[in-house]
Amino acid sequence: MALIAFYLMATVTLVSALMVIMARNPVHSVLWLILAFFSSAGLLVLIGAEFLAMLLVVVYVGAVAVLFLFVVMMLDVDFVELKDGTLRYWPFAMLVGIVFAAEIVLASVLGVHARPDAFDAAPGADTNAEAIGQVMYTQYLLLFQMAGIVLLIAMIGAIVLTLRHRPHVKRQNIAKQTSRRRSDAYELKDPKPGQGI
Amino acid sequence: MSNYVESLGQLWGPLLVLGQIGLFTLVLLLSIAFLLLLDRKIWAGVMMRKGPNVVGPFGLLQSFADFGKFLLKEIVIPAGANKFVFLFAPILTCTLAFTAWAAIPVAPGTISGSTWVISNLNVGVLYLFAISSLGVYGIIMGGWASNSKYPFLGALRSAAQMVSYEVSIGLVIITVILQCGSMNLADIVNNQEGGFWNWHVLSFQNFPLVVVMLPMFVIFFVSALAETNRPPFDLPEAESELVAGYQVEYGSTPYLLFMLGEYLNIVLMCAMMTILFFGGWHGPIALGEDFVRDHPFMTSFAGLFWFMFKILFFFFLFAMVKAIVPRYRYDQLMRLGWKIFLPTALFAVLVVGGYVAYMGVQS
Repeated sequence: MALIAFYLMATVTLVSALMVIMARNPVHSVLWLILAFFSSAGLLVLIGAEFLAMLLVVVYVGAVAVLFLFVVMMLDVDFVELKDGTLRYWPFAMLVGIVFAAEIVLASVLGVHARPDAFDAAPGADTNAEAIGQVMYTQYLLLFQMAGIVLLIAMIGAIVLTLRHRPHVKRQNIAKQTSRRRSDAYELKDPKPGQGI
Repeated sequence: MSNYVESLGQLWGPLLVLGQIGLFTLVLLLSIAFLLLLDRKIWAGVMMRKGPNVVGPFGLLQSFADFGKFLLKEIVIPAGANKFVFLFAPILTCTLAFTAWAAIPVAPGTISGSTWVISNLNVGVLYLFAISSLGVYGIIMGGWASNSKYPFLGALRSAAQMVSYEVSIGLVIITVILQCGSMNLADIVNNQEGGFWNWHVLSFQNFPLVVVMLPMFVIFFVSALAETNRPPFDLPEAESELVAGYQVEYGSTPYLLFMLGEYLNIVLMCAMMTILFFGGWHGPIALGEDFVRDHPFMTSFAGLFWFMFKILFFFFLFAMVKAIVPRYRYDQLMRLGWKIFLPTALFAVLVVGGYVAYMGVQS
């Protein structure tokens, strides 16, 4: 049963990963990418790493891919022009492909003893989440915090790149708006006939 | 329940699970039909109208009449629309909304310690969070595939809104998880056993935390309104600005699927509030131990009753909010999410974490 599920999800992952680079429409590419993320989350569930699977869905599918989709949808891409350029990059693409293939072969040759059926998703704890939590905040605390700082720097960088001070922009002061009372807004006049205000 | 299923063997076990799923879906669909009517009736009541009252006694069959009408109408696909994505978007929305219900525990099981739930996940809370974060795709895909301006604007607004409010929902959920020490929904419910003072919204076990948990519930409720695109946060479909947002080009069955998904998500949010903050299936006063031992079925059905009653109560609140609160402006919505809810919830996580680590009674 688990084997059937594995082959099904692995096939879906590979096919959708292939479709990411094959699809003509970039929005379709991103949608295939989302399917690839989703089915790899399924593979993580199969080896018992439920926590990682859910995090993959929450972080990558729920947040990162949404931003991808945003950007891609709003780009006005000329497909013909895009296709023309791609052919020039094939030596580089080949190189990357060969490196990846070599890494996979090396990993599978050297790591034969690391069989997936002997995989323990939660070493030393009941659940995957506990196992990760126990080492993340003790053994790998420094690395964890460094990763956080890297993200913080990236975020500050993005803000600095896009922040422009424009002097003549009207801004709304919410506190001022909500503290506005009826008496500030209007007053009642009772003009007599034949007289102005 | 899963042990019981495994004891049935290779054939009957999966069949029983299929039966459970079918029954659950049927009950959900029927409930949605009447909840829709309830929503319209409450809305009408606040406006001093009668609401739907023609089909069946008191308009009880109105939803079924609407259902028939939606099914019989022609599906119009706008010219230039991306056909596959256009039709896939509502199906995705509806499927995800149903999928999330797989992890919701509805009542205590008849065998002590078990639960009435389709799948008792160890990461149940995260599962719900993950599925609800996927809900945004149905809306973006629908808006984009319509190849029209209003739907696209509506979809962008909606996506930004849902991504923003998910962050504070996530942090509020963390405060609850910290008190329970478990992400299993059944464990979270059982942690609130004993009486209404043990519910997480009051959290008597960690008493001073009531100062934190009560506001956290309010934040969760408001974020749930924003997450499900309900008024006062229904900016994606603000009719005065965007006609109907991402749904402009949809009609007949695809529209029905969108609406079904939306209402399923609303009820799911009500169920999450019940489970996380209001004790799930536990009544306000605990049943006697003798009663639980002697009448396991009665206990289960009492649990089911309380669970449904609480969901109904929160649904009533949702409907009342829709009826009486005017729509927010878009910048106010973003400000509320990022500048008020997010810092407050983050601070609350620190407070609860510190309390649980140094002074708390963690179960």
